[in-house]
Amino acid sequence: MKRKIFIALMILICFLLQSTVFQSLAVASISPNLLIVLVSSYGFMRGKREGMFVGFFCGLLEDIFYGRLLGMHALLYMFIGYGNGYFNSIFYGEDIKLPIGLITLSELLYGLGTYAIMFLMRSRFAFWFYLRRIILPELLYTLVVTLFLYRLVYWAGQKLGREN
Amino acid sequence: MNEKNHIQFPNKYVLLVLTILCVGLMSLSFLTNFDGGYLNDLSGKVLIPVQQGINAIGGWARDKVETLEELQAVQSENEELREQVAELTLENNMLLQERYELEALRELYELDDDYSDLEKVAANVIGKDSGNWFNMFIIDKGSDDGIEVDMNVIADGGLVGIVTKVGSNWAQVCSIIDDMSNVSAMILKTSDLCYVRGDLEMITEGTLQLNQLRDEDDEVETGDKVVTSYASAKYHKGILIGYVGELTTDSNNLTKSGTLTPAVDFEHLSAVLVITELKQQVDTDSVESE
Repeated sequence: MKRKIFIALMILICFLLQSTVFQSLAVASISPNLLIVLVSSYGFMRGKREGMFVGFFCGLLEDIFYGRLLGMHALLYMFIGYGNGYFNSIFYGEDIKLPIGLITLSELLYGLGTYAIMFLMRSRFAFWFYLRRIILPELLYTLVVTLFLYRLVYWAGQKLGREN
Repeated sequence: MNEKNHIQFPNKYVLLVLTILCVGLMSLSFLTNFDGGYLNDLSGKVLIPVQQGINAIGGWARDKVETLEELQAVQSENEELREQVAELTLENNMLLQERYELEALRELYELDDDYSDLEKVAANVIGKDSGNWFNMFIIDKGSDDGIEVDMNVIADGGLVGIVTKVGSNWAQVCSIIDDMSNVSAMILKTSDLCYVRGDLEMITEGTLQLNQLRDEDDEVETGDKVVTSYASAKYHKGILIGYVGELTTDSNNLTKSGTLTPAVDFEHLSAVLVITELKQQVDTDSVESE
């Protein structure tokens, strides 16, 4: 129960920080994606089920406040969370390479997914522009934030996991 | 899931159910006007106060950093003056417009109301789109303050965007620089109609697309004011959008397109005005009063 409350709080805090503080800390009008770090982390740390639910709620929150199509982000994040759950069996915690790799992959998928659904469908074909201008800078910034955020999530998961 | 003893549905089925739910929500919001309804109010109640708090602290910190030497009093005075400037810019625009259009559009004028007479509500920007793809933001006024979908949002005497979703204490605004925004506009000097489109590719240079401008006499020049047109269904007439940048003739040799520099500084948007009258309302009111 404690853990669920903690996850809910983490989602809310990350969402709020992302839409306020990190928008003012934007570098070249690119801000990091904290939610994808959460979704991906809970996916490979705790398995498909938790990744799925964390993804669903993160996405729903984004959809309610900033979305056009209710459910689009929820769907995208949910599948990313679920997909990360497949790597739960080879996750051992101490090693940072797997988390970094998976978060990178998730962030790339998120960027490509958004491009495909919201831009390609409206015949915006300048893929390289979007990759260079939005997807890669966002990935880079997110990875920098990941170094701190992932440690926090991992540490909290260890502590609360033991208490249960 | 070590702590669970009771029966659980397999993950696959839960995923399937949630997927169907998402797809259902997507088609519902695509096909109808459903935009979350009670969900908006509920999440607004929880998150907006916190967001306002963060924003207040953030704004305070930014103020301190940016204007260490400036006194609080000067700032508040500055704010007042800015509001005044914004209002005067609006008025000035209207006056300019009146002068340009007096002859050609006299009849239209008699039907029309000046938009500086319209009711406005001030609101603070409390959050920006968490992703990098779109340019939506949320403000701290909602249906409790009389905000409705499709109301125009202005700042610094220029058009910012339009309200696209409303909760009880917050509202979502889609700005005109958003990739999916499309505003029916006209050149103030000549009243030639055109479209102003947001484009993610051009926003890096701080410009928007200007499309389908019919200008057979080559009268439109760089720097001309572009305002919202009378032909728009949602935007009030005569709100300043920006200034014409470069123009090139399209391949059809009939229309021109080019760039437009917006009048509003979208990077540093903190307070906006919402025009709390819908265009349709104004039109029907003025027709009724005739």
